[in-house]
Amino acid sequence: MRLEMGHIYIKDIQFASESKIEDGILYVSEEAVKAVALDDEKIKSVSFDIAKPGESVRITPVKDVIEPRVKVEGRGGIFPGVIAKVDTVGEGKTYALKGMAVVTAGKIVGFQEGIIDMTGPGADYTPFSKTLNLVMVCEPIDDIKQHDYEKAVRFAGFRVATYIGELARNLTPDETKVYETCTIKEGFEKYPDLPRVGYVQMLQSQGLLHDTYVYGVDAKRIVPTILSPTEIMDGAIVSGNCVSACDKNPTYVHLNNPVVHDLFEEHGKTINFVCQIITNENVYLADKQRSSDWTAKLCKMLDLDGVIVSQEGFGNPDTDLIMNCKKIEAEGVKTVIITDEYAGRDGKSQSLADADAAADAVVTGGNANQVIILPKLDKVIGTLDYVTKIAGASEETLREDGSLEVELQVLTGATNETGFNKLSAR
Amino acid sequence: MKREEYLILTNNPLVLEKLGGTHKIVCRETSYEGILREVRDKIHEGHLLLSHPLSGSVKPNETPYKSVMISEERGAVDLRSLEIIENAIGACGKFEFRAGRYGEKVRKDFQLIDLTLLESGIASADA
Repeated sequence: MRLEMGHIYIKDIQFASESKIEDGILYVSEEAVKAVALDDEKIKSVSFDIAKPGESVRITPVKDVIEPRVKVEGRGGIFPGVIAKVDTVGEGKTYALKGMAVVTAGKIVGFQEGIIDMTGPGADYTPFSKTLNLVMVCEPIDDIKQHDYEKAVRFAGFRVATYIGELARNLTPDETKVYETCTIKEGFEKYPDLPRVGYVQMLQSQGLLHDTYVYGVDAKRIVPTILSPTEIMDGAIVSGNCVSACDKNPTYVHLNNPVVHDLFEEHGKTINFVCQIITNENVYLADKQRSSDWTAKLCKMLDLDGVIVSQEGFGNPDTDLIMNCKKIEAEGVKTVIITDEYAGRDGKSQSLADADAAADAVVTGGNANQVIILPKLDKVIGTLDYVTKIAGASEETLREDGSLEVELQVLTGATNETGFNKLSAR
Repeated sequence: MKREEYLILTNNPLVLEKLGGTHKIVCRETSYEGILREVRDKIHEGHLLLSHPLSGSVKPNETPYKSVMISEERGAVDLRSLEIIENAIGACGKFEFRAGRYGEKVRKDFQLIDLTLLESGIASADA
């Protein structure tokens, strides 16, 4: 499969009477995006705001972050099975608006998580302090059920991102990158001497606020399967997951998954990047066994030499991670696993809730329990009402001077387990 | 698996309210960690762990509620079940306790999240 990704760099976002992109500036008609967001009877009102890197702005509680894209050539459309009709994506030509994001926010439950600071120490930890953010805060109709509210905000974000992406359809990209994968046979013939490497991506799949969708299918209901890694660049995987802000994968991360992009960088040079295998992280232990059995079986059937396994979330996915690692290694396929740690505020506790000797190559996204002081910022988009109740905060979180004492886990993307974050070792 | 073949251990009143008429439920007035310790005792008695005790990304001590599925039938002690529950109990100590300080609405939201996590396990068991 061959996909051309055209990058269009956005240098500024401004509200205007007409929506358009001109000279790298995104002009947004507030009236038009409101109409797009409100095209759902479950949403009573929506407000839009713009947050720019360096501004004294705090966005919370964040639900999802989405990069606008548009499919200009090839099968299907962006977010297949969700916004576009179901069709296999990942080939042809796609444009992405780089340097910006649509951020959805809303208080779906009383402990809604996720902070993006556009300046200060918090901004150093969240990757979304570096993007120009078009933020939408959705208010639901009265007495709405949490499930319906979550779904309404999820879809409203995708609709708005798709609307913005469409504005780029007739532009010329600033930069084009080509991603191409081989069939199994072609790969053997073309790269006989290169190690065959796959990417096993674990998707959060447990229930309300913990779900991920693949071509519109709830990932709880899938068995592990194979994707061409270019499919994710057209939105084959989207997030419905908004608990554990630091280590969930917003849709933006699925679209820009750094494991996929880095493996493509080495494809044909040091490795043969064969495919992406997706699997889930269900609550029921027999599901975990079936999925990890299948993941290992697929690695073996594809004759892989090595895989990278990335996790999503905290706690029980540690068990899936270790089961995947152990079983894949038992098939003679080497593994490197990517996780993050809950090692306590002092960093002295056991980092994961599971372990095995086979997991001897581990990359960490950082310690989510690490304490950070976030200074008071001038403006809040969303609400600080819940900030003392979210994971990594406490009643003492809001200090007299207006600053917040919290753990890194409150920050969206701070310890992301695909490596889409800003933490690194010195 | 038939419904009578598994037990649900919970401290979540919403689980009892919604599933009490159709499922075998043991509901206790105890903490999140208290439920995990009770599950551990059951595993020592030979019950099998069926759902993951750290289901959900809501952290122990952040949410006061936890529901876990175990087998009704008892056999030899399952060491993998024991390993998972011991690690889960160990994880509780890493988080500051503040589950007792919530208002009614937040408690109800936590109850709902715990119920949906449990229901996704039940859907798999009943499938």
